[in-house]
Amino acid sequence: MMAKEKSIVADVPFDGPVIGVRNLKKRFGDHLVLEDISFDVHQGDVVTVIGSSGSGKSTLLRCINQLETPTSGQVLYHGQAVPSGTAALNAFRSKVGMVFQSFNLFNNMTVLENCMAGAHLVKHMPKEEAKEICMKYLTKVGMAPYVKAKPHQLSGGMKQRVAIARALAMEPEVILFDEPTSALDPEMVGEVLQVMRSLAQEGLTMIIVTHEMAFARDVSTRTIFMDKGYIVEEGPPARIFYHPTEERTKLFLTRFIAS
Amino acid sequence: MPTSFWGWIVFLIQQYHSSYLQGLVTTLAASLSGTVLGCCLGFVVGVIQTIDFQKSRSPLQNVLLAIPWTICKIYVTVFRGTPMIVQAMVIYYGIAQMFGVNIPAFRAAILIITLNSGAYMAETVRGGIRSIDPGQVEGAQALGMRYVPMMAHIILPQTLRIIAPQIGNTFVANIKDTSVLNVISVTELFYITNVVAGTYFRMFEAYTITAMIYLTLTLVFNFLLRLLESHLAGSSSYEIIPSEQLAPAQEPAR
Repeated sequence: MMAKEKSIVADVPFDGPVIGVRNLKKRFGDHLVLEDISFDVHQGDVVTVIGSSGSGKSTLLRCINQLETPTSGQVLYHGQAVPSGTAALNAFRSKVGMVFQSFNLFNNMTVLENCMAGAHLVKHMPKEEAKEICMKYLTKVGMAPYVKAKPHQLSGGMKQRVAIARALAMEPEVILFDEPTSALDPEMVGEVLQVMRSLAQEGLTMIIVTHEMAFARDVSTRTIFMDKGYIVEEGPPARIFYHPTEERTKLFLTRFIAS
Repeated sequence: MPTSFWGWIVFLIQQYHSSYLQGLVTTLAASLSGTVLGCCLGFVVGVIQTIDFQKSRSPLQNVLLAIPWTICKIYVTVFRGTPMIVQAMVIYYGIAQMFGVNIPAFRAAILIITLNSGAYMAETVRGGIRSIDPGQVEGAQALGMRYVPMMAHIILPQTLRIIAPQIGNTFVANIKDTSVLNVISVTELFYITNVVAGTYFRMFEAYTITAMIYLTLTLVFNFLLRLLESHLAGSSSYEIIPSEQLAPAQEPAR
């Protein structure tokens, strides 16, 4: 199961980090959300970002694919700064998928059309080819029987699995998950995490902002703990969860460790 | 000569039914084509009105975008802020006097209704676009989708659904408002009625017939629009594809 799947992980002749974040700062007016964030994500990494609400985790993800423009600092893609021009930025975004907390499926499209939007409308793949790819990923997330449904007819967990298939259909190098299970009830959380777990096992590079501590501990190769716009501590999940060195991390994880 | 109210009504219908019919056809043709063209214009203007001036764009790009934005703003303000009857006079006689061209009254009518509805539709479209969840835009941006396909395939189809009732209302309003175009001698229903009423000097009867025609038209079209709306809302069920019909692509994750 650990074998990397060619279909998901693109061939990249580059050894360095796929995504590099350098001294990233973001402020909204007077409110400082991110203060000097730096880290690297290598191919095959599953990086989970944990921390209390308002610690800047989501903003960090949104800064990586430039849905928010960083106030200062850089996001590097294969060692190069992410360009600001529209065409180059779109090319970058098509390589870095995103899964949102609120799904953001296109309401006017069916499940299949949602999936095909990327392959057909962005990568200009012929419809037949796009459909084939989409069916492959919809099957993977267990949503193939629902290709004709519209988003409003689906449960939250189903929507999120479609959203994951939509991101996969772009065959990106990295997928960013912004609290993908926070809007779901506990049963649905399970089905979405199951899909993400299998993607991690296949070697997909992922950056996951999550409040699912057990999932973060089991799935990630590295965990980042954030507080008040800073990275407090980062390292292998076994160390962060069981031997945190910082007081703030210990405090945050108290309830999780107690259970 | 008839002596009663109803007698006159019947008499006028017998005498002038073809004139009334001609007026009705003109009214419908002018308001329908004006509404359709006005919607197209409204969509263009409405989309331009939603352009926001981001710092990420170069100053030159922002200036180039500001020109159409300003033109649209002025257009919407002027046409929403003046009565259609005045617009009709200014445009019809203005074109004749300034350019020395006499455009046929019917074409002028379509032009005026288009410009007038376009201004109102632009505001409706702008509001419709603004009301769409920003998540839709972000979903498209995160895929790397460019602005034009995003608008064409995601934002505008949803906008159309939202504002469909408003387009219908505009059409029904235009059926009635076309009557003001009698001032530029468009032979629509009101103008025809004026001629009919004048012949025997039976104002009350002639306009009662016209009122009934307008009322019938608006009732019929309101009904048709309701049907269309519920059709647009779409079915609430969907078809599940049985697993044996699915291509055996890969082991499902669950």
